[in-house]
Amino acid sequence: MLDIPFVSDTLDNGLDVIVHEDRRCPIVAVNVWYHVGSKNEVPGRTGFAHLFEHLMFEGSAHHDRGYFHPLQEAGAALNGSTNADRTNYWEVVPVNALDLALWMESDRMGWLLPALTEAKFNNQRDVVLNERRQNYENRPYGLATMALVGALHPAGHPYHSLTIGSAEDLRASDVDEARAFLARYYHPANASLVLAGDVDAGRALELARRYFGDIPAGPAVAPVTVDAPPLAGDVRLLLEDRVELPRLYLGWHSPAHFADGDAELDMVADLMANGKTSRLYRALVYERRVATEVAASQNSRELSSFFQIVATASPGHSLAELDAAIMEELARLASDGPEEAEMERAAAQAEAHFILRLQTVGGFGGKSDQLNAYNVLLGDPGRFGEDMARYRGASADRLRRAAATWLRPSARVALSVVPDGRADLALAGAAPVAVS
Amino acid sequence: MAVDRTAPPPLGADPKLEFPAIHRDQLANGLRLWAVAHHAVPATTAILLLPAGAASDPPDRPGLAALTGDLADEGAGERSALELHDALARLGARLDTDVGADATTLALTVLSRHLDAALDLAADVACRPAFDEAEFERVRERRLHRLIQLRDQPAAVADRAFLDLLYPDHPYGHLAIGTEESLRALTLDEVRALHDRAYALSGATLILVGDGDPKDLLAAGARAFAGRPRAGRAAVGPPAAPSPPGPPRARFALVHRPRAAQSELRLGCVTTSRHTPEYHALLVLNMVVGGQFVSRVNLNLRERRGYTYGARSAFDLRRGPGPFLLQASVQTDATAEAIREALGELDDLRGARPVEDAELEAARAALTRGYPRSFETAGQIARACAQLALYELPDEYFVEFVPRVRAVDRAAVTAVARKYFVPEALVTLVVGDRERVLPVAERAGLGEVAELTPTA
Repeated sequence: MLDIPFVSDTLDNGLDVIVHEDRRCPIVAVNVWYHVGSKNEVPGRTGFAHLFEHLMFEGSAHHDRGYFHPLQEAGAALNGSTNADRTNYWEVVPVNALDLALWMESDRMGWLLPALTEAKFNNQRDVVLNERRQNYENRPYGLATMALVGALHPAGHPYHSLTIGSAEDLRASDVDEARAFLARYYHPANASLVLAGDVDAGRALELARRYFGDIPAGPAVAPVTVDAPPLAGDVRLLLEDRVELPRLYLGWHSPAHFADGDAELDMVADLMANGKTSRLYRALVYERRVATEVAASQNSRELSSFFQIVATASPGHSLAELDAAIMEELARLASDGPEEAEMERAAAQAEAHFILRLQTVGGFGGKSDQLNAYNVLLGDPGRFGEDMARYRGASADRLRRAAATWLRPSARVALSVVPDGRADLALAGAAPVAVS
Repeated sequence: MAVDRTAPPPLGADPKLEFPAIHRDQLANGLRLWAVAHHAVPATTAILLLPAGAASDPPDRPGLAALTGDLADEGAGERSALELHDALARLGARLDTDVGADATTLALTVLSRHLDAALDLAADVACRPAFDEAEFERVRERRLHRLIQLRDQPAAVADRAFLDLLYPDHPYGHLAIGTEESLRALTLDEVRALHDRAYALSGATLILVGDGDPKDLLAAGARAFAGRPRAGRAAVGPPAAPSPPGPPRARFALVHRPRAAQSELRLGCVTTSRHTPEYHALLVLNMVVGGQFVSRVNLNLRERRGYTYGARSAFDLRRGPGPFLLQASVQTDATAEAIREALGELDDLRGARPVEDAELEAARAALTRGYPRSFETAGQIARACAQLALYELPDEYFVEFVPRVRAVDRAAVTAVARKYFVPEALVTLVVGDRERVLPVAERAGLGEVAELTPTA
C-alpha cells in the first residue's frame, strides 16, 4: 500500500504539526498552510489574501528585513502561494538550516505585526499590481478565466472573484486592513506545519514545539459556507481580447474536493483532453483539425468545484463548430460511458501519477504540501491512500454518471474569447462581459 | 529551552553529499549508456541525449530540428501516431521531446516494471520514426498555428526579437520553432536528412536513472537499443560549436505593442561557451545580478521600486558563445527608469560598486549549500548527467562544484563583470507601447531606438 507515513501532534496553541521522515537526501522541507484564501475576503477587497501573502516575505519583528536573505544564503529554495481556499509557504533547506527555517517561519507567524509598515504595504501592492499586469492584463486570454469564474458564481459568492482580485480593490486597500487580516487568520490555530525529509521525527516534533509553542492562539475561524444557486441555463458570454485566434471556454459547477464525483470528473478531464489518445484531442485537433489545442480540468476546491474545457479554433474554423464537436463527445460519454481501453489507460496513468507524487519532499505538490492539503482540507493528513483508492475504484459507469450529472448542456457557462472587433465570431446569443 | 529571538540561529556544519556514481557501457552501434542507481520510488527516468538542436538548423530552414523532434513521435516502428500514444498511456509512461539550441533530448519517465516496454517505444521514436507525409502536413500546420499564437504573447515576441538582435545571421539567432516562411518551405526529405545526421546513435548518450541495479539499467538500455542501426547514412560527430556572432543589429530596439499594460524587457550580451574556465565565476556573478530573489536587480526593481513582479537573469552558456540575459516585465510608465537602473546595476559591478564581501559570501553559499537539492529526484540526476554528456565534462564535475565555487573571489567576479558587461556590447529590447515608452526613453538619454517589425 502506497502511503506517506507520518507522526503528528497538535500544540496547545492549536498548531497542527506533522512530520514525515525521508532520509535519502540531506534536505528538509518546511511547509506551512494557513486556512485562509480569497474565499475569506470581504466585499470590495478582492485580491487581499494574496497581497497579504506578499507581506509575509517583508520581515518580522526579530528579523525586520527581507525574508529571503538568510534562507537563500543557507541554500534554501522557498516560495508561497494563495488560492481560493488556503495560503501556503514553504522552504526546502539543507538539514543544517532546519533551525533557521523554523525560526524564520515562527517569527513571521508570531511577530509580523510590529514589522508591518505602510511603506512595505505600498511597495508590495505595486508589485502585486505588476503581477496582475504580467499574468492577466498583458497576457493573451489572460482575463478569460476571470470572466468564466465570475459567471459561474454570483456576486458575493466566495469564489466569484479570482484570487488575484480586482486592481481597483487592491488600490483601495490599506495597511490597517492587513493588520486586522493578520490577527484574524494568521495564527497557530488556523495553521498547519509539516516537516518532511532527512530528520528524526521525534527531534522534528521537539523543534516544532520549541519554535512555535509560545505563539499565542488566535480566535477560531468560522468555516465559510455558501448557498450557491444552480446555473440558469446555457449562459453565453463574449469577451474581446488582443488575440489572433478565437477560443471557447466552457464551465460547469462540479462536486467539491473529495466529494462524490470529484475524482471521477478528474478522470473524465483526462480522458477528454489529456494526451493524443484523448477524445477531444483526437476528434478536434488530430482528425478534424478544427482546433489548435484543447484542454480540460476538474478544478477541485473546498466549497464547490468547477469543470472546464478550453479549445482554440484553428484559422478558418468557428467556435460554433468546436462547441458542437465538444458537446457531441460529452453526450456520447454521458450515454455510453468510457470504453475499456480508456479505463485501462486511466488506471495506468493514475497509478504512475500517485507514485511519482512521492518523488520529492518539498515545494508545491511535494509530500509535505500533500500532507498539509489532506490535513487542512480534510482534517486528516493520512488520506493519501484513500485519495488513490478513489481513482482505482472509479468504474466506467461512475465516470459516465458523473459526466451525465454534472456536464449538462443546459447548465453551463460558454465564454467566447474573440479578437478585438470580431464579436461576430462568438457563439450565437453571447452577451458581452466586462472584466478588467 | 526558550528560543533566542535576538538573532536567527547559526547553521550547523554543511551536510555531506554523496554524488551518484555513473556506470557506463557502449553498444556496438556506438550508443553510450550511462546508469545511476537512485532508490526513491519504483520509477525510472531515461534521457536520450542527441547532441544536435536548433543551432543545427540550416540557415534557410530555422525550425527544422524542432519540427523533426515533434514529428518523431507521430508514428514510429509498426505503430501509427495514435497507436504509439495508446501504448505509452497504457504503461502510464510519459515521453517528452525537447529541442534546445545545442541538443535534442527524449525524456521518458515510467514505473520501473514497465521500463523495457517503454524504452522499446522510445527507441522506435528515436530510430524508426514513420515520417508519414500526412502526419508531416498536420504537424507543420500545428506549428504554423502555434506561431500565429506566439504573436499575441509579449514574452515570445521579445525572446524572438532579442535573439535576432544579438545573433544576426547566426545559428543561435532564432527560436527553435523557426519562422513561418521556413516552416512553409520545409520538406519531408529535409526532415529525413536531418534525422539521419542528428539522431545517429553513434553520437548519442542514453542516461538511465532509477531504482534498479546499474547493471540491470544498462542491460535494459542495451535490450532496447542494441538492435538499432549503427547510424544514419550521413552520420557524423556532434556539429561544430558555433563561432562568435558579428556585432548586434542594434543596441536599443523596440517592438511596438499598442496599449500594452507592461513593457517586456530584455537586456543582455553575447558571452562565452560552457567550457570556459570562468564558469563558476559567472555563476556567482549571476547570483549577484539576477540569479536569485536577493539579487541586486530584483531587489532594486521589485523590492525598492515596485516596478515589476520580478527580474531575473542567467548566463545561458552553450557549446558556442551563449547569451547573458536579464529579463523583466515592468509597468509601462517605468520602462525607461527600469532600463536605466538595470544597466546601472550591471555597470556598477564593473568597478563603481563591485561585489561586496557579504554579497559574495551570500552568492557562493546559495550555490554551494543549495547544491544537494539538485540531486533529490531521478529526473534531476538524469538532467545533471545529460549536462556532463553534452558538454563532455568529467565525472568529478559534481564533486568539484562546491570547492570551485568557494574559490571564486571578489576579484574574479569583478573581472568577469568587466569582461562581459561592456556597455557597448549590451543590447536592450523593449516590447511595449511606443507612444508611452519612447518619449521618456529619449528624455532619459537612452540613445537611438531602432523600431522592429515583429516577424514570425
